Amino acid sequence: MNFGRQLKEGLLTQNPVLVQVLGMCSTMAITTSIANGLGMGVSVLIILTLSNIVIAAIRKLVPDKIRIAMFIVVIAGFVTCVDLCLQAFVPAIAASLGVFIPLIVVNCIILGRAEAFAYKNGVLASAVDGICQGIGYTVVLLIMCFIRELLGAGTLNGIRIIPEQYPVGMLTLPVGGFLVLGTLIATMQWALARSKNKEESK
Amino acid sequence: MTDYKNLKLIATSNPHIRSSETTRSIMLDVVIAMVPALVWAVFCFGVKALTLTVVSVVGCMFFEWLYRKLMKKPQSVGDLSAVVTGMLLAFVSPVTTPYWTILIGDFFAIVVVKQLFGGIGKNFVNPALAGRAFLLGSYAGIMTTWVDPAVNKAPLLGGAADVVTAATPLAYMKTGDMEGLKGLYSVADMFLGKTGGSLGEVSALLLIVGGVYLIWRKVINWQTPVAYIGTVAVLTFLFPKAGSSVEWMLYSLFGGGLMLGAFFMATDYATSPVTKKGQLIFGIGCGLFTVFIRYFGSYNEGVCYSIMVMNLCVALIDKYTKPTRFGVVKSDKKEAAAK
Repeated sequence: MNFGRQLKEGLLTQNPVLVQVLGMCSTMAITTSIANGLGMGVSVLIILTLSNIVIAAIRKLVPDKIRIAMFIVVIAGFVTCVDLCLQAFVPAIAASLGVFIPLIVVNCIILGRAEAFAYKNGVLASAVDGICQGIGYTVVLLIMCFIRELLGAGTLNGIRIIPEQYPVGMLTLPVGGFLVLGTLIATMQWALARSKNKEESK
Repeated sequence: MTDYKNLKLIATSNPHIRSSETTRSIMLDVVIAMVPALVWAVFCFGVKALTLTVVSVVGCMFFEWLYRKLMKKPQSVGDLSAVVTGMLLAFVSPVTTPYWTILIGDFFAIVVVKQLFGGIGKNFVNPALAGRAFLLGSYAGIMTTWVDPAVNKAPLLGGAADVVTAATPLAYMKTGDMEGLKGLYSVADMFLGKTGGSLGEVSALLLIVGGVYLIWRKVINWQTPVAYIGTVAVLTFLFPKAGSSVEWMLYSLFGGGLMLGAFFMATDYATSPVTKKGQLIFGIGCGLFTVFIRYFGSYNEGVCYSIMVMNLCVALIDKYTKPTRFGVVKSDKKEAAAK
């Protein structure tokens, strides 16, 4: 187990959103304000870590054929916990995220990591993987929220930065989500290809 | 004996027929064809029309130059396509549009729609229309404020707050208020362009002059504009919303951006079909969507979106209007289609 390498994978080389292109639905829908992005990112991080731990712990008891169903049951359990917690403690965020919290059940990042990592590795490594991938997801969400909220609505966390008549409203619409995400993916691929080239030329 | 080795023969691949026509000369023709409408806009709306167009053109050229420079690609500013995009974007914007707004539109049109997809010839929708749609989505207020040319000119600086505005003919037609419209503008006013509207769209006469020049110079084919305008004419004649058929048809044809769209936007090479049959289908499709949006949509004007929707269908149209290769027998073709 190598925490540094897993963190690098989660943030950069295997970033769930920008490289694996998973969890697009929530990424598109909720990245219109920083508060939403943070709420969603942290929820996914917690659910991902916990479900990874449980799945890694029971992975040897579960028959291969019903593993997907089992993953979903475990994930749905944690999603319900987090959903109820959000509604109890931060009702404003729970209201603005709406249906996207329950939808984490079918978020491909969590199912993908369960299938690709937790089902094959130990409990500790899976927990670290959950944290790292969760951080990678949250960071990308926050970057997208930052760009879309600042340029699209002219505010940051509700505080007005750009006067009201200037912001490019289109960026808060779904079109803007696709544009920003596309630009980020392109930038990421460019950066990854560049660092790869550098390593090869060494 | 001929000394073959010292003969100055240059072997190149085809085509061998040369013509003086280049992208630059074609684009220059388009610019020339737009000048009458621009002169009218200056006369009608004030010097702001000219400065806005110049800012838009310079913005487009700058973004094109900057992108090619940063990406270390061959410079393409010289082909003047960015100039055309800049002019068209200014033409489809209200004259009161602030300079910074048009620059954002320039950026979207040139960098996002055109250059990110590979530059000239590779854009999937018309860049100027995409820029306008982007601005309309972002700044609906700015993009739907129409200065009343009969009362005042647009100020060089400052926005719509400083001018008297008026509803465009299309706004009257949306509600079916033909009496109000006729009281304000006669058919001749509409034809000559003494109405409110986007900077370059008001004068149907001068746009037709420009379009005919382009057809005469063989820059565009007659198919697309004729099919487009014809479809709108037939549909509006058959199904007038108010007033008599002929009146409604004439107001529909000369109102809004139909002439500008039909002659200058729908004929863009990169985003229109290659074959003449395809161009007819393309024009009819544009006409159908324009009338549908004007009649049933929530916007007053449908030209911009109808052309963009049809732009996306071009690959499909091209696929089904592909001419048969020379020498292919009909039965072979049927067999190939059956496979």
